[in-house]
Amino acid sequence: MSTTVALRSLIKRYGSFTAVDDITLDVPEGQLVALLGPSGCGKTTTLRMIGGFVEADAGSILIGGRDVTRLPPAKRNIGFGFQSYALFPHMSIAQNVAFGLEMRRLPRAEIASRVARALDRVRLSAMADRLPKQLSGGQQQRVSLARALVIEPSVLLLDEPLSNLDAQLRGEMKLEIRQIQKAMGITTIFVTHDQDEALSIADRIVVMRAGRIEQDGSPEAVFGAPRSRFVAEFMGVTNLLPGTVEGPGTFRLADGNAIRVPVAGAGRGATVLAIRPERVRITPSGADTAPDTLDAEIEAATYRGLAVEYRLRTPSGLCLTARRATPATGGPAMLEPGARVHVAVPPDACHFVPVEL
Amino acid sequence: MSRAGIRRTYGAISGAVLVFIVLPLVVIVWVSFFANRILAFPASGYTLDWYARALDTDAFRDGFVTSVETALFATAASLTLGVPASLGLVRGRFPGRDAVQALLLAPMVVPGIVGGAALFIAFIEVEALLDIQVAGTLGGLLVAHTLIALPWTIRLVSASLASADRAIEEAAASLGADPLTVLRRVTLPAIRPAIVAAALFSFVISFIDLEKSIFLVGPGRTTLQIALVNYLEWNLDGTVAAVAAVQILIVGTALLVSDRYARLAQAF
Repeated sequence: MSTTVALRSLIKRYGSFTAVDDITLDVPEGQLVALLGPSGCGKTTTLRMIGGFVEADAGSILIGGRDVTRLPPAKRNIGFGFQSYALFPHMSIAQNVAFGLEMRRLPRAEIASRVARALDRVRLSAMADRLPKQLSGGQQQRVSLARALVIEPSVLLLDEPLSNLDAQLRGEMKLEIRQIQKAMGITTIFVTHDQDEALSIADRIVVMRAGRIEQDGSPEAVFGAPRSRFVAEFMGVTNLLPGTVEGPGTFRLADGNAIRVPVAGAGRGATVLAIRPERVRITPSGADTAPDTLDAEIEAATYRGLAVEYRLRTPSGLCLTARRATPATGGPAMLEPGARVHVAVPPDACHFVPVEL
Repeated sequence: MSRAGIRRTYGAISGAVLVFIVLPLVVIVWVSFFANRILAFPASGYTLDWYARALDTDAFRDGFVTSVETALFATAASLTLGVPASLGLVRGRFPGRDAVQALLLAPMVVPGIVGGAALFIAFIEVEALLDIQVAGTLGGLLVAHTLIALPWTIRLVSASLASADRAIEEAAASLGADPLTVLRRVTLPAIRPAIVAAALFSFVISFIDLEKSIFLVGPGRTTLQIALVNYLEWNLDGTVAAVAAVQILIVGTALLVSDRYARLAQAF
């Protein structure tokens, strides 16, 4: 597969602040890449540099093998989806979608047929003559998508396209974007701060932090094997326990307790153990006292709908969170704060990330 | 005080202020129909004679024409200068931007009579330097009125530009529009209401100006406001009220129309 977008040592500074710090990235044709990170991590600046709205201080940007680093947005053949949708308020939906084709000086008849097809693809043919403000947020988002795609861009750039939609619509829109992207086979770079969004839509996730790429991999890799404490926390890993690997299969926590870990972690020395809260198993004390469990007390329980989240504290002061599926009706009740429990961590739920200085 | 009490008091004060503002206008219009020879209460009868008299008075007719012509010119000039200036001020990043902005808005905060005197003195200096006549010419008057209108145009258009979503300009650019096309097809249409409001406001502000004009009109040329002052010096009859009533109608219409396009309150 050929590379559609290539970033080479891209740098952007604002005064003494380096927003994008030496980013190098290759996006193969047809791939949907999510740039994921908290606000201020440089993901949007990176996207806007690819779009041509922000000028790079150093490095280069190639789209389809052509160096576009110094080209204005109009010459880059990109489709850009804005967070605010950015529909032209004084033009009808059809005129909005036709704009890019008019700029390419296509014959009228072809413009009309391509606009019709584009609106059909996002199921908005009936809205062609409306003004943007007469449409709902979700419909406006679909118009903005149709407008960006109708020009058959080399790459589709989406800046937090779902952040202005309510939860249900966001889910639908996510599927729709993914489906259109697949059907058209268009290379897409998608900026988001929402890990769920990135996980469910992207072929590949690039986690950014402070202008740099922290981890670059498949959703499974980024979720299942975060390479740093930062990525782990961003992916919802709440238990990050410093300690030392003591011989094969044993991890000594800072408080002296030991946890069984995979043998593969041997030889690491001082490290941080990362455990997802849903993999921490708790059972009320008094049941069987299995080995390899820690004793703890429930400090707080938070009902989360599908799951209940427990904050646990061991007698030595170690804090952990566990998440348990909400018991089905008639099942065991939610555990109350103050209850004593056994905490077990299956070795295959353990994962190591480096200690950060 | 209870909540309802506060609301009632607030309503009463607002009402009083409104009456205070509107009452003189209502009275002037009302009085313009009085048959009295001198402006006075009560009405001895009602007549349209003062309107006919106003139309027959050369000073008012000529003054009206001069004022309308001047205001139209000032409107055109302030848009021609003010819209590009606003684009530069809001979109541009250059050293001295704030200073330029302050300078362009300055005519709004200088008292009219001071501004008029300053312009008059400046014109005289220019005359001495270049040996051409400026003070008392139509050109001088037009320059002055453009200066009156310009800050309002810049204020209204800048406010609208600043609140416009820049992303729509970026969207147009990403779709292949060059900067000039973006301006023509997206930016200007997006701020059109503000431009219309600025045009109407420029017209009104130039039309009602007295203080600057009084220094700058030449012999044989008066604006409507100056004609009114001149007339009031020797007369106090219904003609003045009739002229005032016509002006209220014109200005009021312009303000209502411009308010429909852009909420004037948002410009400040």
